[in-house]
Amino acid sequence: MYPDSFSYSKDHEWVHVEGDIGTIGITDFAQKQLGDVVYVELPEVGTKLEYHQSFGVIESVKAVSDVYAPVSGEVTAVNEELNDAPELLNESPHDKGWIIKIKVKSGAELEKLMPVNEYEKYLEGLED
Amino acid sequence: MIREPLIFEISEEGKKAFTFPKPDVPDNDGIEQNVRLRKEIHGFPKVAEIEVVRHFTRLSKTNYCVDEGIYPLGSCTMKYNPKINEVVAGLAEFRNSHPLSPVSTVQGNLEALFTTEQLLAEITGMDAVSLQPSAGAQGEMVGIMLVKACLEDRGEKRTTVLIPDSAHGTNPSSAHLCGFKVREIKSNQFGTVDIDSLTEAMSEDVAALMVTNPNTLGIFEWDIKKIADIVHSKGGFVYMDGANMNALVGRCRPGDMGVDVIHLNLHKTFSTPHGGGGPGAGPVGVSRTLEPYLPVPLIRKVDGAFRLDEDRPKSIGRVRGFYGNFLVILKALAYILTHGPKGLREIADIAVLNSNYIRKSLEGLYHLKYASPSMHECVFSDALQKKHGISNLDIAKRLIDYDVHPPTMSFPLIVPGALMIEPTETESRRDLDFFIEAMTAIAREAEENPNLLKQAPHHTYVRRLDETAAARQPILKWTNGDRT
Repeated sequence: MYPDSFSYSKDHEWVHVEGDIGTIGITDFAQKQLGDVVYVELPEVGTKLEYHQSFGVIESVKAVSDVYAPVSGEVTAVNEELNDAPELLNESPHDKGWIIKIKVKSGAELEKLMPVNEYEKYLEGLED
Repeated sequence: MIREPLIFEISEEGKKAFTFPKPDVPDNDGIEQNVRLRKEIHGFPKVAEIEVVRHFTRLSKTNYCVDEGIYPLGSCTMKYNPKINEVVAGLAEFRNSHPLSPVSTVQGNLEALFTTEQLLAEITGMDAVSLQPSAGAQGEMVGIMLVKACLEDRGEKRTTVLIPDSAHGTNPSSAHLCGFKVREIKSNQFGTVDIDSLTEAMSEDVAALMVTNPNTLGIFEWDIKKIADIVHSKGGFVYMDGANMNALVGRCRPGDMGVDVIHLNLHKTFSTPHGGGGPGAGPVGVSRTLEPYLPVPLIRKVDGAFRLDEDRPKSIGRVRGFYGNFLVILKALAYILTHGPKGLREIADIAVLNSNYIRKSLEGLYHLKYASPSMHECVFSDALQKKHGISNLDIAKRLIDYDVHPPTMSFPLIVPGALMIEPTETESRRDLDFFIEAMTAIAREAEENPNLLKQAPHHTYVRRLDETAAARQPILKWTNGDRT
């Protein structure tokens, strides 16, 4: 279910780093908690994000939630498709529903995140 | 049931509901050319009077209101609005007075406002009250503006506001609009503010803590005095969201708990109409320290006469036209005076008793995430129904079939699948039992016949609405047959 190559935050964001570019999205657990997503507010390309800074807003039928940067860096791309198809966050949270790409400032920050096995354990704790 | 057409769809050329009489005053002062530009409003429906009456009467019968039955919308305090409030606000002397009347001719109006300020100050234990803000969210924002004005006056630059994770969403919005950064404080296992997290987050950069008491889990913040001390020790202010004041009114006072600024919702605690029946009113109460910054004008009593005081150099200024939602404030005054001190205490007592009666009756049938004692509302969740594939939405929709308004759903955010139930003091034992029986039957249905819930409601004008599609592709207006 959760890709091995991703790193995960406690706030249920994932980041997938290739080279120095990290792709960021929310996890399947997060999208299930949110319910049907109806609107995604995206940051502008070039925005500089600190670790754990809010970079966007996800509005679902249930709630409006911030999304936080799991690592710091500069936004290099945003998923414009989400403007017309916010449902991608529900249908394909780990792939087509990616939210932003950032130029990762420091690889060291990735160490703070969870690998897949740890994240799955973390979820089990939450679902009790 | 047949779908009620839009009023535009029953429009027919040549029909008319009402014809105005010809003007009986001379029409030659030049206004004619400027004002009478439109002979006809384009697209205005052409219908007979009886069609208008039937259309809106039929629509009104698909509505649900607190005059019809229990409305247990948590945190909203949908209590009954006594009709005497309307009688008072409808008195010609009040209703027909103009907001620009000379102050000497509306002394009675000012006295009513002044009295309401005094009573709310006494009830909240605050030193001064402004009735100006139009609703709760504006009251909140004014509260934070007062804090900001005071800090600026002192030359202090504080950038952060602390807000517990159980707070109403309007709290971070108010802080953000006033230019503050928001830092979230986690709740502890009891569902209250975690003292260690607060102590760790509190610094001389923190302008205020925004706390709701009882909080949105319906739990009294029993450490409130300690919480206030921690915030005050670093020079911060304690803002209290008074949305849940119904649990405290007449019993204890935020001012005595160390609160520096509070807003009230007259349309919750003080029985003025709520929602579409509003407008609301969100008075703000403050401690002596914040009083100089209150919005203008303030009502003063000088030598037995009331006047409006505009000369307040430190005031944040005007926050709305004239003086608050006057007729709404009158309704709250009528409510306070008809109850008196003893009656107000009883409101809090019965509100808390009713909520606990529901909690005890439904415990076991629905999951309760926090075991702490409940005040005026209790927050269940759909955790037990989940294994049958049933969500809080399905439970809420099924309640409609039992002629009950659903409780608040999916809030507070720290309870996944929340069902937040606030019966208020309005409901009798009989009506509470009716609600409990419906919830009990639904818990059984969730096990035995989950599909019944998934397709609910079954007995309504429209069946399950596609809320997702409505939010993703909203149809916002109707123009000549096209919905766009």
